[in-house]
Amino acid sequence: MSAAHEFEVSRRGVLVVGASAAAAAAAAPAAAQGQGAEPPVIAKVSLEVNGKRRALELDTRTTLLDALREHLHLTGSKKGCDHGQCGACTVIVDGRRINACLTLAVMHEGAKVTTIEGLGQPGALHPMQAAFVKHDGFQCGYCTPGQICSAVAVLNEIKAGVPSHVSGDITAAPQVSVDELRERMSGNICRCGAYSNIVEAITEVAGRTA
Amino acid sequence: MKFDTPATTNPIDKLKVVGQPTDRIEGPLKVSGTAAYAYERHDVEPKAAYGYVVGAEIAKGRVGSMDLSRAKSAPGVITIVTAQNAGPLGKGNYNTAKLLGGPQIDHYHQALALVVAETFEQARAAAHLVEITYVGEAGEFDLAKAKDGSKPKPINGSPPDSKVGDFASAFAAAPVQVDATYTTPDHAHAMMEPHATIAAWRGDELVLWTSNQMIDWSRGDLAKTLGIPKEKVRLNSQFVGGGFGGKLFIRADAVLAALGARAARRPVKVALQRPLMINNTTHRPATIQRVRLGAARDGTLTAIAHESWSGDLPGGKPDSAVHQTRMLYAAANRMTATRLAVLDLPESNAMRAPGEATGHMALEVAMDELAEKLGMDPVELRIRNDTQVVPDGASEQGSAPKRPFSQRQLVECLRTGADRFGWSARNPRPGQTRDGQWLVGMGMAAAYRGAPTTKSAARVRLDTTGVVIVETDMTDIGTGSYTIIGQTAAEMMGVPLASVRVRLGDSLFPVSAGSGGQWGAASSTAGVFAACVKLREAVAQKLGFDPEKTTFADGQVRSGNRSAPLAQAARAGELVAEDQIEFGDLSKTYQHSTFGAHYVEVGVDPFTAEVRIRRMLAVCAAGRILNPKAARSQVIGAMTMGAGSALMEDLIVDKRVGFFINHDLASYEVPVHADIPHQEVIFLDETDPTTSPMKAKGVGELGICGVSAAVANAIYNASGVRVRDYPITLDKLLASMPLRA
Repeated sequence: MSAAHEFEVSRRGVLVVGASAAAAAAAAPAAAQGQGAEPPVIAKVSLEVNGKRRALELDTRTTLLDALREHLHLTGSKKGCDHGQCGACTVIVDGRRINACLTLAVMHEGAKVTTIEGLGQPGALHPMQAAFVKHDGFQCGYCTPGQICSAVAVLNEIKAGVPSHVSGDITAAPQVSVDELRERMSGNICRCGAYSNIVEAITEVAGRTA
Repeated sequence: MKFDTPATTNPIDKLKVVGQPTDRIEGPLKVSGTAAYAYERHDVEPKAAYGYVVGAEIAKGRVGSMDLSRAKSAPGVITIVTAQNAGPLGKGNYNTAKLLGGPQIDHYHQALALVVAETFEQARAAAHLVEITYVGEAGEFDLAKAKDGSKPKPINGSPPDSKVGDFASAFAAAPVQVDATYTTPDHAHAMMEPHATIAAWRGDELVLWTSNQMIDWSRGDLAKTLGIPKEKVRLNSQFVGGGFGGKLFIRADAVLAALGARAARRPVKVALQRPLMINNTTHRPATIQRVRLGAARDGTLTAIAHESWSGDLPGGKPDSAVHQTRMLYAAANRMTATRLAVLDLPESNAMRAPGEATGHMALEVAMDELAEKLGMDPVELRIRNDTQVVPDGASEQGSAPKRPFSQRQLVECLRTGADRFGWSARNPRPGQTRDGQWLVGMGMAAAYRGAPTTKSAARVRLDTTGVVIVETDMTDIGTGSYTIIGQTAAEMMGVPLASVRVRLGDSLFPVSAGSGGQWGAASSTAGVFAACVKLREAVAQKLGFDPEKTTFADGQVRSGNRSAPLAQAARAGELVAEDQIEFGDLSKTYQHSTFGAHYVEVGVDPFTAEVRIRRMLAVCAAGRILNPKAARSQVIGAMTMGAGSALMEDLIVDKRVGFFINHDLASYEVPVHADIPHQEVIFLDETDPTTSPMKAKGVGELGICGVSAAVANAIYNASGVRVRDYPITLDKLLASMPLRA
């Protein structure tokens, strides 16, 4: 990636402008080739999304997130940054939570994908979804599907004994504590700042399912 | 409905639905992923092409050449929009910089082109084939350097300078003085949903599904930018994934999607790429603030001065950081001054509580510094200097008598907070309290924010099944508008909330106050109140009841000993009523404001200077709280953002190139779960009959005012290190930590 980036910068002939540099830039387009000019490579991929088998033919550059949002119209998984920085795209793939924007769809042949739509729908909400409503664990709602998918996976991780950065003893079974929840949920940004309520929602569900 | 005399008893006072901590009515849609945001409207435009924005890579200058040939011939590319082929474009009333640059470039990452292709992947790849050369010009990017050339600029419609008494003499004569300069950096809204739009032309009419706080402003600005009649533009923002002021205005996504759709002859969708957003859109400007306080030995303030410098592009606006200093504390001698420097950074503009958010970060730390010099409790210092009239009133009202606040429970907020937080346990001597490895400290700050109201309209329908439907172009940006508007209609029509449907965010609906400046909740619900008054009259007439004597409760309409189900009135056909609330002079007679107090406890690691917030409490006096659950969320969210301003948020300027170098969500750090403890919020009982028939005010911006100062003051109390340059990161603390000696 870094090589491609350097290539791109020099090709565009960017003139670095300092306070004293106010001169015309003579662009030196490097030998233009490749990147983006060829026809897209199309590949078949089959996913099991929310219990249903979905066969897709995709440009291989399509992220799992865009496959869900733009091809399957499952827009519950959100694109907040497209760079794995915000967590809004979190989905559960083969039991583990991942950032769907950071992985290509074609890498997941045969995978079982659970999105927010698969957890529950109005009238039949998943307990975590219902707890988020009850505790007002969201405001604008844009990070919410990612928070909820993460929260469901976090409780499973704790149950499975996966330690975290704040686990005092990584050989002991981790407990559902607010410190564990806050640490494990820190990849999901909520700019509306519903964190205090989200932790209460998850704690309640953990108690219920414990 | 004209609101020009204080409200008396009205149906809202029953508080059967309004005032209840109801769950959000759109909650199940949001938690299940079925709430569709702007970019996600496959239901209306399933065949939209994809646009990808190319941003300028210099801060100031012009495009030398732009070669689109390779990009145009790339697979899937439909069209490329640039300033050269877009036709003449205007600039919106609310925009400072043009949304499509070229050949002139006003700021880094100003949009220069939109590449439209069949797929997102194709548009992105082709965007990287656009070849641009630049002719750069020198720019000014350093506020500290540009400060000396700055000019006075008005704030909030009032003069840049205010003056009461003789500050200079009183300050010189004051036995106890504080004279300190504070700096706050540029801040990004960093809302989770990027600016996004789907645009479609229906003949000469343009429809935009977009993410916007102010439908009517933006409808007008889009029309002005494109040079088409406002009536030919429709905007829909049914869900908005956060705004915080960043979506008050149209941005490049809206204009470019419209231009792209025109050129492509089909709908086009554009989301600003996250790494482009911070330099392409607006931000809260950095400030330099000097505060001088002079006090008698008993803590009575005799002199207050607050001066603020910020920067913006030519034609821009200053940050109004001094504003709360005109309002908060009594002192006979006072001055404020606001100066604006011209900078060539991206456009400065409103962000949550513009002015007060930054202003409290200086004033409320200066008050803490004064309390320490006086040897006085910081809470008591603030109480000592309370006022029930606007202390700077003379500057805004000529020589007229000073205006009273309609309600001002600042002292109650301070005392309630101190009591509930356990403030009496605080050791006023800094650096003395330990909890295990941690140095622990408490800090507090007062909070002030205006409570503006503005005209707002709504339409209310009673359908043939007895369901009440509200339509207004008001937006819900996470604030709870759907719910409080539904609660208002339910209360007025005497039905349960489940019998109300709320439709928001569409320019087909009556024009509302919109979401901004903490005016949304009070204004938009008052507009719904007005429309419901008309609908009640229509219902009474239909049933042959005397409108004056008709009551609405439990789904029944009663007049004397007659009664009928509400639905009966619409059995023969839907009833529709529309009205707006207009506000008279009560906000001139009275100063409408909200008040609060923030209390924070932090731990500071004595060896690493790592800061951890341990407890946070806000006490708010903000009129009638329409929904305590949603209002509390507004406040904790604002406390979280304030914690970010105190501890981490910092758009770093590359002063050589002229842009914010940390322009994504990895490098512009905002609070995450691990940064935020359990938060407490207390709302004082308050109804304000002079603000609106709802007797309500706003609260979403009050919550951020003072938080950062309370954190800063707590860090000082814990560590004994005073940092006046936000954010208070450990590198600024470390050199002075007590254990280093």
